[in-house]
Amino acid sequence: MKTNDIILQTVTKVTLFVIILFSIYLFFTGHYHPGGGFIGGLMSSGAIVLLLLAYDIKTVTAILPVDYKKMIGAGLLFSAGTGTGALIAGKPFLTHAYTYVSLPLLGKTSLHTAVLFDTGVFLVVIGVTMTIIQTIGESE
Amino acid sequence: MSNLLIMPILIPLFTGIILIFFANSIKVQRYISGFSALLAIAVSAVLATQVYNDGIQTMNVSNWEAPFGITLVSDMLSALLVLTTSVIAAACLFYSFRSIGEDREKFYYYSIFNFLIVGVNGAFTTGDIFNLFVFFEVMLMASYVLLVLGGTKIQLRESIKYILVNVISSALFVISVAFLYSVVGTLNMAHISVRIAEAGNHGILTVIAVLFLIVFGLKGAIFPLYFWLPGSYYAPPAPVMALFGALLTKVGVYSIIRTYTLFFPHDIFTHDLLQVLSILTIVAGVIGAIAFNDIKKIIIYNIIIAVGVILFGVSIMTKESMTGSVFYLIHDMVIKAALFLIIGIIAKLAGTADLRKMGGLINKYPGLGWTFFIAALALAGIPPLSGFVGKLLIVRSGFESASFWGSGIVLMSSLFVLFSVMKIFMGAFWGSERAFKDEEKVPVKGLLAAPAILTAIAVLYGLGTEAIYPVISLAAETLTNPDIYINAVLKE
Repeated sequence: MKTNDIILQTVTKVTLFVIILFSIYLFFTGHYHPGGGFIGGLMSSGAIVLLLLAYDIKTVTAILPVDYKKMIGAGLLFSAGTGTGALIAGKPFLTHAYTYVSLPLLGKTSLHTAVLFDTGVFLVVIGVTMTIIQTIGESE
Repeated sequence: MSNLLIMPILIPLFTGIILIFFANSIKVQRYISGFSALLAIAVSAVLATQVYNDGIQTMNVSNWEAPFGITLVSDMLSALLVLTTSVIAAACLFYSFRSIGEDREKFYYYSIFNFLIVGVNGAFTTGDIFNLFVFFEVMLMASYVLLVLGGTKIQLRESIKYILVNVISSALFVISVAFLYSVVGTLNMAHISVRIAEAGNHGILTVIAVLFLIVFGLKGAIFPLYFWLPGSYYAPPAPVMALFGALLTKVGVYSIIRTYTLFFPHDIFTHDLLQVLSILTIVAGVIGAIAFNDIKKIIIYNIIIAVGVILFGVSIMTKESMTGSVFYLIHDMVIKAALFLIIGIIAKLAGTADLRKMGGLINKYPGLGWTFFIAALALAGIPPLSGFVGKLLIVRSGFESASFWGSGIVLMSSLFVLFSVMKIFMGAFWGSERAFKDEEKVPVKGLLAAPAILTAIAVLYGLGTEAIYPVISLAAETLTNPDIYINAVLKE
């Protein structure tokens, strides 16, 4: 008899977005409050793992057609590229720049190149976690 | 302020990242990594000349002043080691093109290869003790993958041992850094040196010095801690073995040199301990080198002998012995890479690593035979070749500081080194043709190019001693006089 996961799958659909939102919140709040790229990325991949638990690998790759190994590469490029950008400006490696901008809705906001570096961390963490889980899950 | 000294780290880093995107196209991977290896040699040569002309180069990463941020420091020793690393990496890379095989190349071989070089170059360049730990881990992670890539039975077994040992030694490294941090309250190497000099001769500092010796001794294979090395280095294919043999243990040796000359230069107990251990290391290596009839095992035990010789020079702590150690360190990196690559070719031709089952290679492969012969003589330190000057300086300063036993054992070890490599030469190249009598001649020219160039570099290094001597003695000067290093970093 085939088991029916309707409750699990419906709850997943709702919870998934809450988890993703929380991870994005953690990611952006990292400069002033506990959080940052690492925990944000880990929680995002936690959301995808929940999706993997509720559905199977094929469905999830159909929903999210991402090559996670390339995602690791992209994240590394983000982080290393941010550092190298400082070289072009004639400063030592990894020197960061920031500025305050008045944005509509958000008001006075600081934009910092450290966020770009953190984006790299975020992508690498998701890429590594998902590569590990998918590789182990797929191998017989 | 100069950004040049980070280039030997950044070039392989970006190469490694970009190669992730070209996992399926082996041709593109080869072109990119070959080009970047040559570029890295050029950049590190420029860096070495800059350090020679303008003194120690420092760079405060992120523009934070010296003790507060991470500082990268390139003195003559690290610039020379980075240059040597780049040359060896290029040689192993071009050798890999012809020997490593598609199965490995498709699974990120060249990417991981470049990340290993990032770790090694970073460890040589950093001026921060925790950053050194991080670069150690970058290097070790890459080496785990290179060791296991391919997944044969022996590789799987040996990587378990290798990873286990290195995880334990890394944990010990963190513990030692934690102890040191709680005593001196800083992580910048130059600043640590200043603080330790202020604190004077405390017992706890001696304990930390011995802990560091245990940690780096595990990485660099000194006497009671070398037990993992012969098995682990036996498993991977030849170019990986050459990378490991030439670079990984030498990073441990470099770290011992750096910490013992910069942090603990006045501690007599630790230097006596280092001296005793280095002599025992030589003895243990010699016993292994003459005991085996397996060509890979013989060269592997020769790594251990060389580590002992270099550290014996360091433990004497005079300028002459330091110069000798630096001379020998660079010579040994180049010649070990050359020997491992040649051994790889021999084992491939004979289809076995057992010396008793091969013979008569000189008839079909004279080029290979004479390259090996020259490399073997250079390893033993026959006068016009590269191993001579370093050992001469070490032995002479050993006799001057009344370490007669140690110097005598270093001299005796040369004899046994020569015996062990000549055993390979006579066994594999002389005698009647055996294992592969009926086969046709296999073309080895493409494979032989890389080790032949390395051997040529070693020969030139020996012949051009006069020209290189001022460079090496500049490196040794920073080691015997840590104030030069401290002033360059802290700008006082």
